[in-house]
Order: sequence, then C-alpha cells, then structure tokens
Amino acid sequence: MVDKQTIIEVKVDELVDKAVLMKGQGYRLVQISCTYKENFEITYSFDKDYELVHYRIHVERDEEILSISQIFFSAFIYENELKDLFGVKIKDIAIDYEGGLYRVAKKAPFAPQNKEEEEAKHV
Amino acid sequence: MSFLKKSPWIIHYDGTSCNGCDIEVLACLTPLYDVERFGVVNTGNPKHADILLITGSVNEQNKDVVWQIFNQMPNPKVVVAVGICATSGGIFAECYNVMGGVDKIIPVDVYVPGCAARPESIIDGVVKAVEILEEKRAAMTKKRKMAKVRRVSGPVSLSNMF
Amino acid sequence: MSKRTIVPFGPQHPVLPEPIHLDLVLEDEKVVEAIPSIGFVHRGLEKLVEKKEFTEYVYVAERICGICSFMHGMGYCQAVENIMGIKIPERAEYLRTLWAELSRIHSHLLWLGLLADAFGFESLFMHCWKLREQILDVFESTTGGRVIFSVCKIGGVRKDIDQDTLKGIVAVIDKMQKELKELTDVFIEDYSVKHRLVGVGVLTKQEAHEVGAVGPMMRASGINQDMRKLGYAAYKYLDFEPVVENDGDCYARTLVRIREIYQSMDLIRQCAAKMPEGEIEEKFKGMPSGERFERLEQPRGEVIYYVKANGTKFLDRVRVRTPTFTNVPALLKILQGCDLADVPMMVLTIDPCISCTER
Repeated sequence: MVDKQTIIEVKVDELVDKAVLMKGQGYRLVQISCTYKENFEITYSFDKDYELVHYRIHVERDEEILSISQIFFSAFIYENELKDLFGVKIKDIAIDYEGGLYRVAKKAPFAPQNKEEEEAKHV
Repeated sequence: MSFLKKSPWIIHYDGTSCNGCDIEVLACLTPLYDVERFGVVNTGNPKHADILLITGSVNEQNKDVVWQIFNQMPNPKVVVAVGICATSGGIFAECYNVMGGVDKIIPVDVYVPGCAARPESIIDGVVKAVEILEEKRAAMTKKRKMAKVRRVSGPVSLSNMF
Repeated sequence: MSKRTIVPFGPQHPVLPEPIHLDLVLEDEKVVEAIPSIGFVHRGLEKLVEKKEFTEYVYVAERICGICSFMHGMGYCQAVENIMGIKIPERAEYLRTLWAELSRIHSHLLWLGLLADAFGFESLFMHCWKLREQILDVFESTTGGRVIFSVCKIGGVRKDIDQDTLKGIVAVIDKMQKELKELTDVFIEDYSVKHRLVGVGVLTKQEAHEVGAVGPMMRASGINQDMRKLGYAAYKYLDFEPVVENDGDCYARTLVRIREIYQSMDLIRQCAAKMPEGEIEEKFKGMPSGERFERLEQPRGEVIYYVKANGTKFLDRVRVRTPTFTNVPALLKILQGCDLADVPMMVLTIDPCISCTER
C-alpha cells in the first residue's frame, strides 16, 4: 500500500496564512525540510489522522521569510536548523539561537560554498 | 601504586558516536559480561579515572571537552579508542563536521576495532590498557626514584646542608 | 522575588550516556526555563549522500543511531523502494517486521534500565540489561550483528530465518515474558519507583498536540496515533491496537513503553505464525527518480525519511527527521516549573537519542 503524496506549491507570503489555517483545522506540524536546488526549496508537512499535507515554498538566497513558530511553537527548532545548516534567513523565531543550535565549524554547510558548487546545482 | 592494576577505574566519553559502541561499553558493565569481576569500575569523574574510553570521532565542538577530560585525569593514564569511528572516523570520515580519529587530539594507547565494537573486544582492549597502565606506572616510579637519587647526590646547596 | 541562577546541565553528565547540554534557569529549586543546545554529535551525514551511491547509503542510514539502527535502514529502503515502485516479497516484509519488533523490545528494555539507573535503583538497571541480552543473542544468531545488522537492503533483506530458528525465537520470547513480568511489576507497583514517577512532568493532551510530541510521549498523553497503523511492511497483516495512557506524566510514559514490550512480543508471535514461504528479495534495475516522504514508527516515535532522487546513482537529498528532535519542544514544556532534582527523570522520559537528533 503506497499512500499518495501531495505537495502543494504556495507563494512565500501565503505561507503564514496557510499555517494559521492548518492550526485552525487541528493539524500537527510534522517537519520542515529544505533542499538547495537553484534556490531554497522548503517543505512544511502537517499531519491529521495519519494524513500528510505538504506545503512548499521557493526562497531565494538573500530573501527573508517569516517564522511560523508563533503559530506552531515546535517550528522553532526546525527553523533554527534551516538557519544553521542552510543559511536561510528567517525572522521572528520564538527561540532564536542566532546560528548557535548546531554550532558547526563550517558556515551553512548544506548550501553551496563557492561558485563551482553553485553551478553544479543548477544543472 | 601497584593496586591500579587490580582495580582500574574507567571513564567513558561519547564523541560523535552513533550509540552503537556506547551501549556495548555499557553492556560490558552489566551482568552478562560484567567487567567488575576484574575490578573495573565505571566513574563519572575524570579525576578518579585511570582509563579513558572514547567512542566516536572528534569534531570542532567536542575537541575541547575531550582535551579537558584527558587533562584532568591523574598520571599514569591510558586512552582507549573504542570502535572504528574513534580510530579513524570510519564511515563518517568524509563528513564535513568530523575531524577524524581521537588521536588527532590526544595520544591513544589502545585501538579497539569493530562497528560496533563487540563487548569481548572492548574487554580485551581494557585488559591491554591495564598492562600499559602498569608499564607507565613502573616508568613513573623509576623516574621518581632517579629524581630522589639526583637530589641527594647532586650539587651541594643550602637546602641540602640543613 | 528570589534570585535567578543558571545551572549548566551536561554535556558530560553521569545520567546521560550521550552529550546534550541544557542551560537551566532556576528560581530557588524550580526550573523557570530550559534552553537546550546541541551539536556535540553532529556529523552532517545527510550531506554524505552526495558521495555515496544510493545503494551504499543504507549503511550510513543504519549508523544514524545504534539503538534503532535496523529501523533507520528500513525507513530509507522503504522510501527508495516506493520511489522506484519496487514491491518487495511478502516474506521479506515479515522478516523486516520481526527484526523491527525485536529492536523495539531491546530499545524499551534499554530505556527501562537507564530510567532505573536515573532514579538510583541500580539492581533494577542490571536486571533490565541482563534480560535485554537475550534479544541481542537472537539478533546475533539471525543476522550476525549485535547492534548494527546490515540485513536490510533495497529490494528486500539479506538473510533468511529458517523454521526451526523461528520456533526458537518464539520460545525465547515466551521464556522472557515470565521474567519480564517480575521486572515490570517492580516498575508498576513499587512505592519508591512510583514516588519518583507519578505526577512528575505532566504533559496534557492539548499541550502534547501543540508542541508536536510523537511516539510514546504523545500516546502517554492520550493521543491515539501509531505510525504502524499506516500499514507499512507486514503491519497490514497483523492485529494490534496502539497503546494509549491518559495521565501524561512520567509514570504514564513508563507504562506505555512497558505495555509496548508485551505488544511487540505478541506481534512477533503473530509474525512467526503467519510468515509465508518464498523469496526474500526482489531484483531491480535502474535508478530512482522522484521524491517521497516515508513515515515509520520507531521505539522513540514517528520518524520521517525524505528522499529526493534525480535519476542518477547519487541522490539529491536525504533528510531524516528523528523522533527525539521533535520531542525537544515537548521536553522544554515539561521542564518548566519542575524541581531541579527531577530534571534527569524528565530528560530520560522523552527517551533521548542524541545521535539521532543531531545526525
């Protein structure tokens, strides 16, 4: 049995509205994940009664997005992770570590470090 | 100080291990393997310990912690690297946040292979460590005696006269 | 107003087998706020996917954590299999379920032992770990490994279990159940144990939902959700109900885990009785292309595997969201207002697995 996976693409400024909507319908925040492919592809997953709903936004490297941790408290830990590992700019996180959650030696290790890596991702 | 051999005290620190080696180190202390029959006691205080067991590799974050624990231990002391990650970084050697084996930071005396290291090999490693501990102790005693002799037969100074 | 003090907790602490650091803000003996910081065990193994082929990455996935190692390998394999549309043989599904449930028993017994050690009941700790060795012996005789087995592969499993060994496993489980009864009676009825657990660290149903707790943490607060009900592997053929308690305190979390051990034993018996004959692996060709979120129930709760493939042998991204990571906000919630002396108990009842959390 393979369940269906629906990923809904939304615009960056619609995200907070969607989160409020999800909260209102009694969904639980399951995870936030990020992939770097030309830009940040961030996926928010919500669950209710074993059913997963994914919302996806595309964020440019220098774009700043709004945190949803005021709506879902547990989002703070995922958002700090995005900040530390990818270097996504997020403002108004409930508990902001300012890049101190993972304290990795290399800055934003999951994002491309130089021009060559950047170009490799675009292919 | 020959009693060290009879009952070595160990301290265990988890570097960036996957837990596999840690639970095997703990399994050594529990009834089936029971290293306490050799007098081995697990302690949480580095100043009580003779043998340092390290599992997992080191990274930028924990290298200071490892260095501090090692420095706080009294001489003579022996370091045992448990598992392949502590030896060389193992499967994670290529990760960006892994520096490599424990020997990058502190001198290691015994390497225990395996992923995860089996309790039998960990016990074997500790027994080897006890031998090295004994050698180090003997060397220290010898050095101390030599120093004493030198003090007595050394050049005459005011403190020797009175 | 009384004076505020900050007490650092960890990374090297006698009650913690693994390094985690908490800054506890205290007002006299009460914890007002707790701020965790992690990163001592961070290896960045999600990034390794760019250097290892997708078939090799199973070995890395298994080494995310040495306690629920088998289920990490299984989750990764399932995600890739579902992307590629591989249907694994039924016998392989049953074998995976069998090892997964054995892992759950071993993990919960390990946790019960650590809990006993945390409240200073050392002989109970020793008994739990002694019992656990019987499960490890089963692992050793069926897979060759004690903690990391490497029997899971994309398309099925590597080793088969013959009928006699299967009977032997059921016999071990039956024998263990009696010994386990004596042990769990102590946890359930002993006065001194109850004194440390009952009413400590209460997480209400509402709070559990809000902070997104998963696994036994969530079920102890009265939320009925168990990812095994999704019907992956052989769970669709088996008969079971999620274990739920309503009190939400440390005692309830202990009860959930104890009852889950018995449940796993029952599931193993069902597996052994229903296991069909047949192949144990499906040969496959080609490279994966596409993306998928795969959910599994680990001993510590729900884990999510996200795999994104691009049609080559190197995957674009693997992301693992482990149960302890999600339970950290829940831990912060229960730490607020507790006594300093109860902090080790609280940290332990979320069943922390730091190497999972930081990967």
